[in-house]
Amino acid sequence: MLIFLLRRLATMVLTALCLTLIVFYLTNLPPNLEKLAKSEAGSRITDAEVTSWLEKNGYASPLLVRYGEWLGVVPGWTHEADGVVQGRCIPRGTDPDMAPTFCGILQGDWGFSSVFKDNVSSILSTRLGLTGLLMFWVMVVMVPTSLIIGVLAGMREGSKLDRSLSTFSIASTATPEYVSGVILIAVFATSMGWKVFKGTATSAMDGINFENFFLPVITIALYGIGYIARMTRASMTEVMTAQYIRTARLKGVSFRNVVVKHALRNALIAPFTVIMLQFPWLLNGVVITETLFNYKGFGWTLVSAAGNNDIQLLLGCSVVAVFVVLVTQLISDIGYVFLNPRIRIS
Amino acid sequence: MEPLSWTGSLSVLNPVVTGVAALLALAVVAQMVLSLFAPEQSVKANPDGTLVARGGLFGGSEKAVKWLFLALVLLGLAYVVAGVLTPMGTAGIIGAVCKKLTPVWGSIIVLFVLSFRFKRRLGLYGKLFDSSIGMIGFGIVMFWVFTAIFSDIVATHDVLSQISGMKNKVPGTPTPDGAGWYLLGGDHLGRDVFSRVIAGSRIVIVIAPFATVFAFMVGITLGLPAGYYGGKLDTGLSFLANLILAFPVILFFYLLVTPEIVQTGMPQYLGVVLFLFPIVFLMVLVNSRFYVVPTRRNVMVGLIAVVGGYFYLSFVGEAGTRVAVLPQSLDLIHMPGNMLIVFVSVVFVNSPTVFRIVRGIVLDIKTRDYVAAGQTRGERPWYIMIWEILPNARGPLIVDFCLRIGYTTILLGTLGFFGLGLSPESPDWGSTINAGRKLMTIAQHPAIVPALALMSLVLGLNLLADGLREESLKD
Repeated sequence: MLIFLLRRLATMVLTALCLTLIVFYLTNLPPNLEKLAKSEAGSRITDAEVTSWLEKNGYASPLLVRYGEWLGVVPGWTHEADGVVQGRCIPRGTDPDMAPTFCGILQGDWGFSSVFKDNVSSILSTRLGLTGLLMFWVMVVMVPTSLIIGVLAGMREGSKLDRSLSTFSIASTATPEYVSGVILIAVFATSMGWKVFKGTATSAMDGINFENFFLPVITIALYGIGYIARMTRASMTEVMTAQYIRTARLKGVSFRNVVVKHALRNALIAPFTVIMLQFPWLLNGVVITETLFNYKGFGWTLVSAAGNNDIQLLLGCSVVAVFVVLVTQLISDIGYVFLNPRIRIS
Repeated sequence: MEPLSWTGSLSVLNPVVTGVAALLALAVVAQMVLSLFAPEQSVKANPDGTLVARGGLFGGSEKAVKWLFLALVLLGLAYVVAGVLTPMGTAGIIGAVCKKLTPVWGSIIVLFVLSFRFKRRLGLYGKLFDSSIGMIGFGIVMFWVFTAIFSDIVATHDVLSQISGMKNKVPGTPTPDGAGWYLLGGDHLGRDVFSRVIAGSRIVIVIAPFATVFAFMVGITLGLPAGYYGGKLDTGLSFLANLILAFPVILFFYLLVTPEIVQTGMPQYLGVVLFLFPIVFLMVLVNSRFYVVPTRRNVMVGLIAVVGGYFYLSFVGEAGTRVAVLPQSLDLIHMPGNMLIVFVSVVFVNSPTVFRIVRGIVLDIKTRDYVAAGQTRGERPWYIMIWEILPNARGPLIVDFCLRIGYTTILLGTLGFFGLGLSPESPDWGSTINAGRKLMTIAQHPAIVPALALMSLVLGLNLLADGLREESLKD
């Protein structure tokens, strides 16, 4: 178990390093840097001025060195001009001798956003808080609904209930967030349908209520419900055909008790993994939904960082995104081992 | 000309349809609730040899659902038939749309009649017509395929021409020149929503299946050896696949499709690598089969190299960009705007999943006896992989292929939704939804129509996949 965990962790770290390096490479391509120089130092500067600006701000060193600096394993660059020492780790107006040698992600220094004019770490923490709230309500709606649908559909395979619920789950997986969101807004938030809810969730950032938060939550949840329900159904039908269920039925246990006491616990192992692996998908949904409803959470930040060439913020966002994906994968692996007695005991 | 109402002179039918639909909804809910308490068999055999259908409330609701559904379908057909037969405009917007779609209805009817006639000779495709879900899905998919084929005839207006008086006009508004109607209204620039949705279907129907085929070629070419040989190759490739899968799709799109990165030629280089796989796959396929007949093999491999190579070069390269091998005059395929980049990124995102599926299936199948038999016969590894293992993996792969086309459609829509990729005035569904969503409070139809179109196509593909899965499991 320990060896398994260590191996998973090592792979995870390696994956994270590779992915951040790729993002770092793609965001630091010459055209992006040129654009950054022009947006920081004025859009009409000449090519020579661009080069000197990049040199002065530490963008001239090789890519791997810069990646190391960003990560915090290579000393930050310093640069002396006119007797004033500037450097990556030296904030303007402080004493260069007091500054630390390393400053990167590992030291907790996430950089400075060029669009929001704020520290990346503080932007990310507020935005993640908002997204966390959204995700929490999505989970509250999505997980019970999908498990109930899946169990009901799977307990009698081929029945009318199964057919109807399966068709519903297929329909819900066929509706991506940007489609269901648009339809929900049209039906519930415009003059075309009933004006029950609000079409934007901007006001939800100050205070959540049913009116401004229901539509975004449902939009994200709908897409996930179908998938989790189908997985639960598959796992439930498999369990219901198992030998011990037949034995229990033959002993005279009522159908209700068989489902609730014998089948349910075994049938919920597989969906747990699926729900965990659903997080990366939710990340996609969050980005789309937050853009659609103008809810300024993590997804909205990612889109605006990518759209405005905000390199530091985009790197920060991708670190968070990659971290979320890898951690949920790890949790689903470990959880699967713990939930399944056959693997746990052996 | 008069503005059209939704159903025109057929509006007498509307209360009937509403009534039937409401009753059907009621019956379906009743049936779902009652089925929790009902006995399992729907038909009971009596000792005297007669059969009795299930009675009582549940039996009643079952019958009600069946007949009400049939009635609703017939009523729907009545709208379509009346629309096709009556002159343009008398049967309202629905009738006019149905009339414009006449060639599509005709082709679907011909296709279904022929398929039913020769059902037993058509293998898995024929079996699809035994499952009602699969048939409905296939019908929806073929509807969009034929719409894409006939899109020039079906569309009423030019996709890009703007009529300034028609901005955000409601469905059924006549054009100022009196020549026709904007059947599904005008968008924020005064273009015809109906024609744009119809034209958009062509983009989706061309890109999505092609991109999926390419993703499958990449996934199969790498997944077969990874699963068969295992070891270091498997570890390396799986790590790479997981790396790509751990990457948030939207972040990846943003990084790859922005103009700055397109300038560096990065997506094109990616295309250079990815599009090599179909040629490699075909070559290995032919080589492993005709290895014992060298002359024939040499001819065929040479042919693939020349023809495939030519297509490859004209597909990947474009004069005036970073990868420009062929001159303009020899370049066969011209990709408008950013089409190639969109194509490459969709293939790139899809192939690791296909790789994982293929690898999983190969790991399972390679333990079978017939693979061992092939090995003892002295068959070479690639022959076993392609001609022994792959045909036996076709069931799950075909099902996944259908699902994946749907997923690719969603991805294309996502790209359009974020304004990445195709040019903003392109009529593809994602871009249209993106343009329409910004004015949702003023006019809803410019966003809803493409949204419903995209949803129905993906739904059709998912239902088709479900039907195929059911039928392939019956063997």
